Amino acid sequence: MSVTTPSKLQKMIDSGNFAVTSEVGPPRSADGAVIEHKGNLIKDYVDAINVTDNQTSVCRVCSLACCIRLKLMGLEACLQMVTRDRNRIALQSDILGAASFGINNILCLTGDHQHFGDHPKCANVFDLDSIQLIQTVKMMRDEGKLLGGHEFAVRPQMYIGAAANPFAGPNVAMRVSRLAKKVAAGVQFIQTQCIYNMDTFKEFMKLMVDRGLHEKVAILAGITPMKNVGMAKYMQKRVPGIDVPDDIIRRIGGVPKEKQAEEGLTLAVEQIQELKEVEGVRGFHIMAIEWEEKVGEIVERGGLFPRPQLA
Amino acid sequence: MIKAVPKPLEEVLGQVKDFTKVLIVGCDGCVTVCEAGGMKEAKVLASALRLYFTQAGKQAQIDETSLTRQCEKEYLAQLSDKMDIYDAVVSLACGCGVQYMAEMYNNKIIYPGVDTCFLGVNEERGLYVERCQACGRCILAETGGICPIARCSKRMLNGPCGGSDAGKCEINKDIPCGWELIYERLKTLGQLDRFEKPVDPKDWSTSRDGGPRTIVREDLRI
Repeated sequence: MSVTTPSKLQKMIDSGNFAVTSEVGPPRSADGAVIEHKGNLIKDYVDAINVTDNQTSVCRVCSLACCIRLKLMGLEACLQMVTRDRNRIALQSDILGAASFGINNILCLTGDHQHFGDHPKCANVFDLDSIQLIQTVKMMRDEGKLLGGHEFAVRPQMYIGAAANPFAGPNVAMRVSRLAKKVAAGVQFIQTQCIYNMDTFKEFMKLMVDRGLHEKVAILAGITPMKNVGMAKYMQKRVPGIDVPDDIIRRIGGVPKEKQAEEGLTLAVEQIQELKEVEGVRGFHIMAIEWEEKVGEIVERGGLFPRPQLA
Repeated sequence: MIKAVPKPLEEVLGQVKDFTKVLIVGCDGCVTVCEAGGMKEAKVLASALRLYFTQAGKQAQIDETSLTRQCEKEYLAQLSDKMDIYDAVVSLACGCGVQYMAEMYNNKIIYPGVDTCFLGVNEERGLYVERCQACGRCILAETGGICPIARCSKRMLNGPCGGSDAGKCEINKDIPCGWELIYERLKTLGQLDRFEKPVDPKDWSTSRDGGPRTIVREDLRI
């Protein structure tokens, strides 16, 4: 189904084992040690580490520099790239730069609108969107060609990923259609939005399976542990495209404050167990937001540890 | 049509308060329709400036007029007899009209009296909404007659993004998601097959990205 790249993440997915990825958010300063620290916290528990790209439109150390740092530490990095801040020249330039350091995973995103971030008055770019970025990486990798037509010999060996949000509406069928479009563009793996509404996610996966799309793209289910009921309520009310059912709020809020984090972790582990049984789920993407130290525990308790060592 | 809003009175006052002879020039085109810069608004602004000067105890001559269109030389030329009388002119036309007047009357100080906003429609009186970004290569045939460049906050050609929620845009719950509108319209038209076909990167050189644009219609030029 896929062009084979040197990506260790691809190797894990293709081996049939559940893959595990997680992500680290770069700091809002020039402190490179932060990424090193976060990378070390999770490295033994995951197959690849995403580095977010100015997430929620807040300016941070660039994803590319952090990915290079992880790579130099001997870790498998996944370069997240949004099309909000860079035109096709800059995007392709960064892809070539990442590949020149042996980075083999990319997550193609459009990105949050700058309205959310710390520079709401800035100009956005959106020269391409996520699907056109997928097409671009594929063309660079498979044809050795830039969008402008220039042909080159040393190609970026990228395993191409993207995001999918089954919960954004207006209905699950359209969200499957949109993912089908990403598949048509050349995406190979998907990291989903955080899953809290199991019914909707299962409906989404059923439609994927009915259309055979699960054989064309590897779905990594998005898991974000809730730290407390405040976070759960915030995500329910304030974060666009996230669907937190009331019973999750009741469950986290139903235990004493000092036990809510533990309850959140247990919920995440239960979600992993349940999702392992869903046809088409090929792994997990654990987004422990500023809670990287808990990734290991989630992976272990989720029965995903130790990570298989592939030759 | 072009949509504009009047600049705050304080801003206009800040520009003209040190002059004694000021002409306010409305435009009978687009800005009249959106009630930002026609003859009516020119009169209102002129009255407000007169009141300011009177209250400040200053002698000033504030006059108003309006032209059929400020984006055409023949109409702008109608001011040539009286331009010398005034120290400054406030043009209530869109940015095109203000600039064209400044080009024609090179030694005259011309101030804009409106903020030019977008190309839009009149949903209701006083409610104007953008519909077109004049990108220079219309794709409405492919998108069910709804423009993703004007109506998606990220001008995506392969939307919707994952931030749309209950049919609304992630940046504001009052803004419909342009791509959900497109999806629903394509469904109505029986053209949903278009939705799953990736759209290639756009050639933006016909948009603002290509620099100031010019149309040369040889068939119309004599």
